[in-house]
Amino acid sequence: MRQVLEGSHAVSEAVRLAKVQVVSAYPITPQTHIMEAIAEFCANGKMNAKFICVESEHSAMASVIAASAAGVRTFTATSSHGLALMHELLHWASGARLPIVMAEVNRALAPGWNIWMDQTDSLSQRDTGWIQLYCEDSQEVLDTTLCAFKLAEAINLPVMVVLDAFFLSHTYEPVDVPEQNEVDKFLPPFLPRINIDMSNPCSLYQMAPPNFYMEMRYSIFRAMEETISKFLEVEEDFYKVFGRKYGILDSFQCDDAEIIIIAAGTTASTCRQVVLDLRETGEKVGLIKIKMFRPFPKKLISDALSNAKKIAVIDRNCSFGVGGIFAQEIKSALYKNKNMPTVFGYITGLGGRDVTPKMIEEIYFKTKEEHYPEKESIWFGINYELFRN
Amino acid sequence: MNFSETEDIELMHPGHVGCPGCGAVIAMRLALKAMGEKIVLVIPACCWAVVSGPHPQFALKVPLLHTAFETSGAAASGLRAALDMKGDTETTVVVWAGDGGTFDIGFQSLSGAVERNEDFIYVCYDNEAYMNTGVQRSSSTPYGGQTTTTPELQWKKTRKKNIVESLSGHRISYAATASIAFPEDLIQKFKKAMNLKGCTRFLHVFASCPTGWRIPSELSVKIARLAVQTNIFPLYEVEDGINYTINYTGNKTVKEYLKLQGRFKQLSEKDTYEIQKMVDEDFLFLSQKVKLRR
Ligand SMILES: Cc1ncc(C[n+]2csc(CCOP(=O)(O)OP(=O)(O)O)c2C)c(N)n1
Ligand SMILES: [Mg+2]
Repeated sequence: MRQVLEGSHAVSEAVRLAKVQVVSAYPITPQTHIMEAIAEFCANGKMNAKFICVESEHSAMASVIAASAAGVRTFTATSSHGLALMHELLHWASGARLPIVMAEVNRALAPGWNIWMDQTDSLSQRDTGWIQLYCEDSQEVLDTTLCAFKLAEAINLPVMVVLDAFFLSHTYEPVDVPEQNEVDKFLPPFLPRINIDMSNPCSLYQMAPPNFYMEMRYSIFRAMEETISKFLEVEEDFYKVFGRKYGILDSFQCDDAEIIIIAAGTTASTCRQVVLDLRETGEKVGLIKIKMFRPFPKKLISDALSNAKKIAVIDRNCSFGVGGIFAQEIKSALYKNKNMPTVFGYITGLGGRDVTPKMIEEIYFKTKEEHYPEKESIWFGINYELFRN
Repeated sequence: MNFSETEDIELMHPGHVGCPGCGAVIAMRLALKAMGEKIVLVIPACCWAVVSGPHPQFALKVPLLHTAFETSGAAASGLRAALDMKGDTETTVVVWAGDGGTFDIGFQSLSGAVERNEDFIYVCYDNEAYMNTGVQRSSSTPYGGQTTTTPELQWKKTRKKNIVESLSGHRISYAATASIAFPEDLIQKFKKAMNLKGCTRFLHVFASCPTGWRIPSELSVKIARLAVQTNIFPLYEVEDGINYTINYTGNKTVKEYLKLQGRFKQLSEKDTYEIQKMVDEDFLFLSQKVKLRR
């Protein structure tokens, strides 16, 4: 049924439809609406699940890890500081090969306190072994959350569904909320591969000496490699039931594009409009939206960019000492390309600052006019006035 | 209580990688005898995370879920929730954590779980320091104790945190102390905790550590017994955070306990006297609480 939903509630609806059995979460702006709606579903019987009101995000993740290890479907949601606090346990969840799904609302980290959109929180968890999927609108949020459970359970790795603070989490859009029987067709009950079994007492996640540890890590690495094809299969299954799919990358107007803009999340939506406007004036510009960041779809990216002359990466994040994180990963994906495009890395829109169509247009023309980027990371929109003295 | 009925239950395999005389191993063996096999253990980082065996070995005959150092209270909550969702109400979730994982880094998640009155038993085996990492002080290290981070004249000059009182402040349904040197009392308390379902139950088990305390392994149990006999570690129970029962009243001097251990060897007569005063004061305070029984 079509409803007007907040991005946050698109997550909550998906969690309800996925028949999650244990939810544990701790409030942080702008994630709160997700957990509040789920708490309500649990209270009014719309969901048959246990909601554990833990005392921290750290405990939220620890408790869903244990619940997942016992073989039930689990979910949590967080943002920013909450995600950072979970860091140790993010490694635990993937190391334990648990199919936990987490909604993560992209928000800036303090100091100074900032509750607005920024990608640094999730991107700085890139080495924790979590699959990361970025969403552009509320429908995609709902659909991706449902797919996340199926993917996680097929591959035995946790999945982070990422949505932009406020631009998505608090924005109302029409969303198709599927019927339960249709979701049940797509997502069968969770059948754990390994779980705590009272009839077969085992020690789960015990000490792993050097002669075993490395193989355990290798199996995670391989599972990540399989994730690319598995994701496409899951999306195909989803498409059969619901008629929607998104792809690992979305190439928009790229066929003859000389300059390709790359973005993730809601920024991609703004870019779409700018691309259409520029096309009207005869510019050969395209857009690639990156949905999957972990595993990083290197091959798909290098193929998609094989004919571009220049690319402009919009990073709403920064790895200090290096630059924008998407730009970094894209450059490394391209290093084998015969016709290496020139990569312009733009860092902009941090801490909730708007990235407007006008700014994206300026980014495009700057990329077009300059032969080579003046700097590896171009901080776009800096008010240098604030640096006087 | 019939002690013999539990004697035959043996849920530990003969092999483990604990040190000779390890009090925590004795504690586990006794506790398993009392609790039986319908339990699942949650163990954070601590000596027992190692003692139970590295992959692919396992010293126990009950399922064990390892968890991160500071997460026992939360992990046990999640595990309980999952078992409930699966309709398994028979199995009891039992945390088995060290003093560091309980008094220090895991205190937050324990406190949260107790406040929510989660349905599990939390056992802290207390060897009064971080032994796994090589005998560093914890907030359970007693006044007067030497560790590698409170060495020699920098011996610990602050009191041991009182964990049972902290949790009584949460109005926990059942909290009790026990000692490896009083097995009947210990087994009876574990059985009582097993029978009290639907609430958080806390057992604080004194478990000597020959390696960390610098004592001969054959004195492990004797020293644990002296801790009770001197009232340094009184055996008592608290119901609902207010109804106190003392199970044993000691009459020995602290000196008899302290003098046997390398970790206290630097203490002067005056220091020993100060410790005696603290112990007497604490025991008097505890005795007063018994009088407030409802
Ligand atoms: C977050 C974190 N910090 C530190 C450690 C290292 N560490 C492992 S066990 C341990 C001490 C455990 O002490 P305690 O809980 O008293 O158990 P014991 O080893 O004495 O049995 C420490 C510090 C860890 N595993 N995780
Ligand atoms: Mg200890």
